[in-house]
Amino acid sequence: MSNGSLPRYILQRILLVIPMMFILLTVVFLLLRVAPGDPITASVGGKLSPEVIAQKRALLGLERPLIVQYLEYMWNTVTFNFGETITDNTPVLNIIRDNGGATLTLTLGAFAIAVFVGIPLGRWAARKRDSARDTIIRIFGIVSFATPIFFVALLMQLFVARPLGLPTSGIASPKIMFTVATNPTTHVLLIDSAIQGDWGAFGDILLHHVLPCFTLGMMICGVFIRMVRVNLLQTMQSDYVEAARARGIHERRVIKKHAFRNALVPVVTVIGLELSMMLGGAVLTESSFNWPGLGTKLMHYIMARDYVGVQGIVTFFAVAVALISVIVDIANALIDPRVRF
Amino acid sequence: MKRFLKPFQQTTGLARWIMLIGIVIVFLFIIVAIFADFIAPYGFNQVEVDGVRFVKQAPPGPGHILGVNDQFYDIFSRVIYGARTALEVVLLSIILSLVIGVVLGLLCGYVGGWVDRCLVFLMDAMYAFPSLLLAIVFSFLLSGLMKGSGIISAALSLTVVYIPRYFRVVRNTTLSAREATYVEAARAIGAPNRTIMGRYLFTNVIQSVPVIGTLNAADAISTLAALGFLGLGIQPIDASEWGYDLSRALDDAASGIWWTGMFPGLAIVLLVTGLTLIGEGLNETMNPTLRKRRFAAIVLPERKPKAKVAVAAEVVTNDIAESAYEEIVDDGEVKP
Repeated sequence: MSNGSLPRYILQRILLVIPMMFILLTVVFLLLRVAPGDPITASVGGKLSPEVIAQKRALLGLERPLIVQYLEYMWNTVTFNFGETITDNTPVLNIIRDNGGATLTLTLGAFAIAVFVGIPLGRWAARKRDSARDTIIRIFGIVSFATPIFFVALLMQLFVARPLGLPTSGIASPKIMFTVATNPTTHVLLIDSAIQGDWGAFGDILLHHVLPCFTLGMMICGVFIRMVRVNLLQTMQSDYVEAARARGIHERRVIKKHAFRNALVPVVTVIGLELSMMLGGAVLTESSFNWPGLGTKLMHYIMARDYVGVQGIVTFFAVAVALISVIVDIANALIDPRVRF
Repeated sequence: MKRFLKPFQQTTGLARWIMLIGIVIVFLFIIVAIFADFIAPYGFNQVEVDGVRFVKQAPPGPGHILGVNDQFYDIFSRVIYGARTALEVVLLSIILSLVIGVVLGLLCGYVGGWVDRCLVFLMDAMYAFPSLLLAIVFSFLLSGLMKGSGIISAALSLTVVYIPRYFRVVRNTTLSAREATYVEAARAIGAPNRTIMGRYLFTNVIQSVPVIGTLNAADAISTLAALGFLGLGIQPIDASEWGYDLSRALDDAASGIWWTGMFPGLAIVLLVTGLTLIGEGLNETMNPTLRKRRFAAIVLPERKPKAKVAVAAEVVTNDIAESAYEEIVDDGEVKP
């Protein structure tokens, strides 16, 4: 029990991510390389002469045995060398750098909205089980979970964007794209504009964030409501909460001081899972709002059948998923000392 | 049949209503899907009648009660046939992933060894990966391999997503059930492994599958629509698919045309909600930590004159005990 110190746990958890990463990368490799079909012919076949195709194949090393390709892929990923795309010869790393920022601000914004709406609503619903407000909030949770992101996006564009005058396409107005994005320091537009002190541009970019973030946030908001509600209800049935009630503590205080914190522990774990699930939702949100993020790029390369582009971005997503899981576990250990032991 | 209805009978109050609404919605969609040919006024890829083209993006009105979309299709017919596509794909993918997931889970949980360990690794990795991304990558691969069979390749890419979910649950329950006394007893009387797995473990492990199944079906409907929305799913001439229609409708939204996207979107929301409600209701009755049972009615004995108390009390308590016993047995597993 005494050896369960926090630094030690964090170290353990970071070491554990290595096998997970290894498996994820293996799955990506198996999916994209071992599957039949020739990447080069699929993407540029018909447009180029057989000699050029053979040259490209040799360049990618597709003639070599699979195991060599596999080891090379692993080594390249570890050294952050994702290669160059077949169709437009762009280093994948540049794509990630240029478009990753837009995806990052989109997901973080959506996440913040989901947390600030979902958790209080779930808590409010759990306070009186099966009451009218509980029913309404639960139905809202189910319906918001059931509504596809792109349908929310459509509804937003039809009924919210126009009356409020909110932009529905892209991350900034074309003019601001030109001034801020051509002169990047961090490649996160919101931060770049702030660094440049261009507050008009900052406001414009922020305004462009509203609808996409809200749309993506709605998706996970429903999950948060459900999780908080169920966990709080379960915690409220435990003996120590009953004991607190028996001591005559006011119900509101029982929830606030005794039940809520413990009920939040499993929620944090789910939040982590949701964060990685959000990457899937981000692809849809980006497609609906012409958001210049990684999801849009991924779809671009999928349509172009560019294996290197797809593989690079999917690999990056896999790495992100693994990292998120570590961060969530560490956060969990900080909140709940029981996890560390 | 009685066993099949049991979870429904055990529900109370809200949970029962939730389930009932869900069942009604899903049942409606199934009816629509089966009788689509009779309900839809036009074919899903019909753009003209008697040589006259439909009016592009015509608003809802006589002739086309939900309007016409930008590809000259009648929206009402597309929505109706969309139910058939959705249910076909989802049924196919759920059955496939259920069979593969349950069988693999049972075998891995019971046999163990390095095969088990490798599969658990693989399944965990697939489970950790965002499910939509997995489906996207798979349909990307399948679209290169099999051309023209949109429904089957869509179903296969969904299958891959859901196998790990069944696998994990079934393997873990098998693992804990393997050492249970009843399995040991079966082994002691000389039952072969196949019987133990097929008869003893299977029936016990399968308990949690209906909840996961309905929730997965709900998830599968949205994932299918998402694939269609991204242009990876079924092509419009092969079958009607709600997600694809929505992606076309997004371009109309800027010009204020709402009817091309509204109806396919509402169809998705309704069907997913229906399936989620069933799953939620099932969960609430089958998950003991959430379950609220109906209390057996307590019948207080009537007051009797003092002289007869001794005898009466005996009779009444017997009555109560008996009725309470029946109530409890009726209610489920709780035995006195």
